Amino acid sequence: MELREDQIERYSRQIILPNVGGKGQEKLLAAKVLIIGAGGLGSPAALYLASAGIGTIGIVDSDKVELNNLQRQIIHSVKEVGRPKVESARDRINAINEDVKVIIYNLRVTSENILDIIKDYDIVVDGSDNFPTRYLVNDACVLSKKPLSHGGIFRFDGQAITIIPGESACYRCLFPEPPPPGLVPSCQEAGILGAVAGVIGVIQANEVLKFVLGTGELLTGKLLVFNALDSSFRKVKVTKDPKCPICGENPSITKLIDYVEFCSLRKKEE
Amino acid sequence: MAVKVMIPTPLQKLTKNQADVEANGSNIRELIDDLEKNFPGLKERICDETGKVRRFINIYVNEEDVRFLKQDSTSLKDGDEVSIIPAIAGGR
Repeated sequence: MELREDQIERYSRQIILPNVGGKGQEKLLAAKVLIIGAGGLGSPAALYLASAGIGTIGIVDSDKVELNNLQRQIIHSVKEVGRPKVESARDRINAINEDVKVIIYNLRVTSENILDIIKDYDIVVDGSDNFPTRYLVNDACVLSKKPLSHGGIFRFDGQAITIIPGESACYRCLFPEPPPPGLVPSCQEAGILGAVAGVIGVIQANEVLKFVLGTGELLTGKLLVFNALDSSFRKVKVTKDPKCPICGENPSITKLIDYVEFCSLRKKEE
Repeated sequence: MAVKVMIPTPLQKLTKNQADVEANGSNIRELIDDLEKNFPGLKERICDETGKVRRFINIYVNEEDVRFLKQDSTSLKDGDEVSIIPAIAGGR
């Protein structure tokens, strides 16, 4: 791939970085990244990845833009309220960068469709908002050996970890099972400060860029824990668990599980 | 042993909104019992009916997950920092 004049100009501030260069930019333009959820995490992640020139971005979301999304889902705008989020996100991305080919999936991932959706991508960004989807995405990525950037937010807390299946700990090595329904507030009932979603979503974008460029150290084998109230970042070790139910030595999970949706306040979707 | 315990946001209602508290114990089990004494209700959020730490919550001594040390028998010394970290799922 030969960079065009306008691309050299557009990406000049990162091409001059020693870890990027023209070769790195070509890698970014050739990369395919799937973002699950065009919400609080997916919005900032998608904007930075698109701006950096990731060549193909897939976006999965079944929701429509609502006014109460705009407090944090910064890829959408007022005139998009009522439109499918994937369409709103695609148009915004292409308004920033026409180099990006955006593939949209106006649906929810399930055990039936997820393997087929992720198979053509280099890495997956999980920006979903509920435990069933998070465990489904982790399991699908482990079974397909697909790298995954996981991010989660709750009120003033954020977490991020990068998973390279077969090499580093997966989400079930960290938390073997989702909490039972009702024990942990999951979404609307909890509330979120928009900037917290921004911090974690941008960390996920940064992980993807390092992964594609093959530079720096990924958040593998460690969980990054962010607290917005004291502006602290901590890292704890995440060991690859030989007893992990999906990536351990004798996995008990060999096919995908659809856990029951347990955020009662979430609207039923068609 | 006096250690500092970092309390995650979802449990801070039980610690009067304190993000970190002081607690005592020579190991994790004693520490959890000591926390329960000062902040009733905390133990049942962290442990299941059999007293085991729940599968979606981890306890770290400094940066190490106690599941890969000696679980709730993992010993503590003065100045250790214990973190209770639950799985969180938000993202929208």
